[in-house]
Amino acid sequence: MTQWLAKNKSAAIIALVVLVVAYGFWAMSPDKATSMLRFAWTLSIPLVLGALTGVIGERSGIVNIGIEGQMLAAAFTGFFVAANTGNLWLGVLSGLLVGAVMGAFLAWIAVVFQVDQIILGVVMNIVATGVTSFYYVQGKVLPSAMPTFSIPLLSDLPLVGVFFQGGPIALLTLFTVLGTWYALFRTRWGLRTRAIGEYPTAADTAGIGVNKMRIINTTIAGLLAGAAGVFMSMEQTSSFARDMSAGKGFLALAIMIFGAWFPGRALAAALFFGLASAVASQLQADKVVDIPQQFVNLLPYVLTLLVLALAAGRVRAPASEGIPFVKGEGS
Amino acid sequence: MSERILDIVGLTKVYGSVRANEDITMHVDRGEIVALLGENGAGKSTLVKQIFGLGRPDAGTITINGDPAKIKDPTDASARGIGMVHQHFQLVPVMTVAENVILGHEPTKGLSLNLSAARALVTEISERHGLAVDPDATIEDLPVGTQQRVEIIKALSRQVDLLILDEPTAVLTPQETDELLAVMKELAAAGTSIVFITHKLREVLAVADRVYVLRRGKTVGEVRAADTDAAGLAQMMVGRSVVLQVDKADPQVGDEVLKVDDLHVLDDRKLPAVNGFTVAVRAGEIVGVAGVEGNGQRELVEAIAGMRRPVSGTVSLSGKDITTADPHATHAAGLGHIPEDREKHGLVSGYSIADNLVLNRFDEPEFTSGVMRDFGAIKENAANWIQVFDIRTPSGELPASSLSGGNKQKVVVAREMSAKPKLLLAAQPTRGVDVGSIEFIHRRIVEARDAGAAVLLVSAELDEILSLSDRIAVVHAGKVVAEMPAAGADRTKIGELMAGGHHEG
Ligand SMILES: Nc1ncnc2c1ncn2[C@@H]1O[C@H](COP(=O)(O)OP(=O)(O)OP(=O)(O)O)[C@@H](O)[C@H]1O
Ligand SMILES: [Mg+2]
Repeated sequence: MTQWLAKNKSAAIIALVVLVVAYGFWAMSPDKATSMLRFAWTLSIPLVLGALTGVIGERSGIVNIGIEGQMLAAAFTGFFVAANTGNLWLGVLSGLLVGAVMGAFLAWIAVVFQVDQIILGVVMNIVATGVTSFYYVQGKVLPSAMPTFSIPLLSDLPLVGVFFQGGPIALLTLFTVLGTWYALFRTRWGLRTRAIGEYPTAADTAGIGVNKMRIINTTIAGLLAGAAGVFMSMEQTSSFARDMSAGKGFLALAIMIFGAWFPGRALAAALFFGLASAVASQLQADKVVDIPQQFVNLLPYVLTLLVLALAAGRVRAPASEGIPFVKGEGS
Repeated sequence: MSERILDIVGLTKVYGSVRANEDITMHVDRGEIVALLGENGAGKSTLVKQIFGLGRPDAGTITINGDPAKIKDPTDASARGIGMVHQHFQLVPVMTVAENVILGHEPTKGLSLNLSAARALVTEISERHGLAVDPDATIEDLPVGTQQRVEIIKALSRQVDLLILDEPTAVLTPQETDELLAVMKELAAAGTSIVFITHKLREVLAVADRVYVLRRGKTVGEVRAADTDAAGLAQMMVGRSVVLQVDKADPQVGDEVLKVDDLHVLDDRKLPAVNGFTVAVRAGEIVGVAGVEGNGQRELVEAIAGMRRPVSGTVSLSGKDITTADPHATHAAGLGHIPEDREKHGLVSGYSIADNLVLNRFDEPEFTSGVMRDFGAIKENAANWIQVFDIRTPSGELPASSLSGGNKQKVVVAREMSAKPKLLLAAQPTRGVDVGSIEFIHRRIVEARDAGAAVLLVSAELDEILSLSDRIAVVHAGKVVAEMPAAGADRTKIGELMAGGHHEG
């Protein structure tokens, strides 16, 4: 335990801050605190999923700044497929698939043609914005609202119960974080993934198919970006709006970095950002502070930047991210 | 007849216009240690990489244990009993020893990695062969000698009949080398065959049963180690006799050029590495710093070169204080630096050889016309040094990464010498370089000294220190424990001092 704390100082600090703040509010007003936490968690979900997409990609050596585009395209596809077919689940599925296909496309072009990954990501974002606003039509509605579930017992807990109730994607997010962590740090797949992102020639000489694995991983990661998009247009709201990802994909990348490429820390960072936003809007709603809206909206960003920069210390990216692997060089 | 483990017939490998291997025929029997010797760029690494499935031969066959099927990739090679330790370590720096050892053939328990089995495997192999290493240590925290052991454990962790070692001793201290040679002998006695690449003839004579000599991609000789000696091997490699001893005239000593006074420097982990180092080097003399690696030599060199800021003390070059100067400033002050780690600090591997040859001089008038770079002059400069230093490459326009290890070293040495430095700071200047080129680089260093340069030579090779230096400073635990003229210096005495023994007076 103490060893874990020493290694995960930043996560521990953030978790502590979050807990203290949350319970502080809870002591003052349980209802308000619960709704703030729900607000924070809802805001965090796409960020966490987007950050995980980044974590898996970069841990395998592929830099993906097209997450924003993946989310937007998935939000669009999910919503309109569901609205047009009348089948909610078909919408969800196609949203996820669009995320995965875009991930596969990015990795494939990056690996096979060795095109600069940053440029590819930018192109993906532009195309996603263009296509989704071009085909956007007004007045469509989902056949029904997304069903919500709550996990017995856990969802009855005071305050933290909010994590255990909600739509399918919201509920699965927590498990996805856990699952990604387990997969990355406890399984054979994870060891190999980290190896190809750090030192691909070593993996290659150990008989691991570096490029194949990079494509597969980025594709799987795309599913998560897809889920983030679907969450935005089908779970968080029930409508698609032009450019609705609104920079969340980029924020997710920042969260990935603050989370030092660890799933758990990324969750903590996203939650911190969500909470800061919740506090900011609460302050404003309560008219505690009388400063222009724009500054209040800035607060979560500034706070997150400050706290995480202080808590995270020096982080280190996977050494070979963004560098194409060519067999036979450097060994 | 003994059992054939490896049989290569008519193997040819072409890279563009370079015939890296041409019609090579060789074999290895069970339990035999076979050395591959050859100049830099002769094609040794290329040859063994193909045995390990990295790169396919363009012609010829490789038969392993009687099976001539093509070796598809490293997995296939491992499955067929081949293990390899690469010239450049293939270890993931941020992972632990155990994780690196199992990478690619991981034991699992259900879905999870079985890390305790991995640890047990490492411990078992390390105990069986006396290769001490902590399975939970992170690779990047380990000294190179230990990393080498991890590489060997990694190779042995799979069932190996044939172990390939590509220049395993280049980065080892003499003690570590002796340990490795002992392990090799023991493995061979237990039935493992070994292909061993090295540039050090002493090692070949100590462990090898047979030797193949490669020159420009071809096998030019095969000899039983017992039937030859160092001079004979050198002659076969280079095609002429090599002077293993440097002749030099008495030094014509001038003014003091380098003065290092009571220098204290920290290492990467912020622990004291250099503890009050004092030395002076005058124009026209070579001062050798002898010491076991890891006694602050690297930090000393980096501090002088301006790559690492000392905590206290001063460094001055021809009277100019360069204690806190950056590498650009130290270069401008007249320092030439041959860094210990050529890959990291000596070259930009994606740049052309020509650009690497002017890497720290590109802005000098000689290589510019107006604000533009003068490509004609750069090209001419490259052609000249490639010829003078016999750098083996078809063109100066190729990236430095296409060069063999020793030829990369020559590029660095050529560049630093070409600036005619007042002080030449040479750290392991002949690491990974073949005997012919060692002779050549040594001669160049002596010429620089005769032309009035001050030379500070840092080397883990005591032979190199003894044959080149005019004065020797023995370093232990970050400071000079004794200084003596090289003439008549006693090897054993120096060895004792290096190990931390006391000295009188
Ligand atoms: N990927 C490559 N592309 C082009 N040329 C190459 C490549 N790899 C090796 N070569 C060339 O093949 C030749 C043989 O290189 P190799 O690395 O096998 O030499 P070596 O005998 O191992 O030398 P050293 O002792 O310096 O390590 C060299 O001329 C080198 O420039
Ligand atoms: Mg080599």
